[in-house]
Amino acid sequence: MSWTVALEAGLAALVLGVAVWTLSVRQTFAAVVAFVVYGLTLTLVWVRLSAPDVALTEAAIGSGLTGVLLLGAAARLRATEANSVAERPGAAVRVAAAALATLVALALAAAVLYLPEPAHTLAPQAMAELPATGMGNAVTGVLMAYRAADTLLEKVVVLISLIGVWSLAEDKLWGGRPGPLHHADPDGALAFLARRLPPVGIVVGIYIAWLGADQPGGAFPGGTIIAAMWLLTMMAGVTDAPPISRRWLRFVLVAGPVVFLAVGFSGFFTAGAFLAYPVAYAKALIVVIEVGMVLTIAATLGLLMAGPPERSEKP
Amino acid sequence: MTLVLEVFSIAAICAGAFFFLAGTAGLLRFPDALTRLHALTKADNLGLGLVVLGLLPRAGGVFPALKLIAIWLLVLLASAIVSQLIGRAARREGRPQ
Repeated sequence: MSWTVALEAGLAALVLGVAVWTLSVRQTFAAVVAFVVYGLTLTLVWVRLSAPDVALTEAAIGSGLTGVLLLGAAARLRATEANSVAERPGAAVRVAAAALATLVALALAAAVLYLPEPAHTLAPQAMAELPATGMGNAVTGVLMAYRAADTLLEKVVVLISLIGVWSLAEDKLWGGRPGPLHHADPDGALAFLARRLPPVGIVVGIYIAWLGADQPGGAFPGGTIIAAMWLLTMMAGVTDAPPISRRWLRFVLVAGPVVFLAVGFSGFFTAGAFLAYPVAYAKALIVVIEVGMVLTIAATLGLLMAGPPERSEKP
Repeated sequence: MTLVLEVFSIAAICAGAFFFLAGTAGLLRFPDALTRLHALTKADNLGLGLVVLGLLPRAGGVFPALKLIAIWLLVLLASAIVSQLIGRAARREGRPQ
């Protein structure tokens, strides 16, 4: 028992140490690398807390996807990096920032320390009704049945953030291909990986999304893996990003929310409420929604990482 | 699990942990990017390979065991490619550090 306590204490110290490193390092690139490491150590914490669903999402989204987005941002900021490192805020600003950060930390600590004991929980009721959703994984049951409206809005938010990225395009490039054209040695190591890995990665992504019904997994981690495979082929120059004006692309981007909304509205007639599923078809409907979601999440995240349109439609 | 398998499992995992330790020491102590990569590949290939080998008797079935081997193979592929890319980038910059 004491060994596990020592392991957990070491893990907690590691997370805190990497967090301090992330904040204190001056170069943007090093800070992003530290942030990715921080996400991976946090993944281990979630595994120790017996929350593999959260661990998967943290590894895929918190560490992987966000890490790639921040690396792109760091590359764009490289030209102005020297100026921003030389710039130091005045004493008053720094004292104010320290005071604010201390206040937030104290408020968070107080909130955690004064949580009711034993914690108020709906878990027994949620688990008792879980068979009605047809899901074996309680996390998926909560996401797709109990709190389906939240999940729907979450997917719409991701789509809106993509529109936000696209809106950074110049007027004359609207509808063009996202990101710079990647040149890589067609016989090099990266191109080799981009040809060999995606068949495996796409199968793994679909597997994880499919498994989400009964075991840790789901549309978000699965879709992220597929998006990563797509991004790999784009970065290796094996494929090119499609112009954002393509009709099929727009269709894939809205497929998930549209299917979700259609099922939600049909709930009025079949089960008497928005986003309610008739019990006999609950699992089938959730699977249909999840399939649409995997497609949309993979396309949205891939394009999010590819960036705003930077080239005209003609290659 | 029989005693022989138990001993084999513990021995393999300890050997794997040793290679991770050695790889980490090399990463911290070696002078430039290429030699550090050399140290890291030992942790990925041998270290993870031995840990996976030690976990096989504990996997509880053929399918989970195959999954573990697949993970090791994927890490091998990824680490080989990433070492190539980092090595090339270090050489291109001309000041490996």
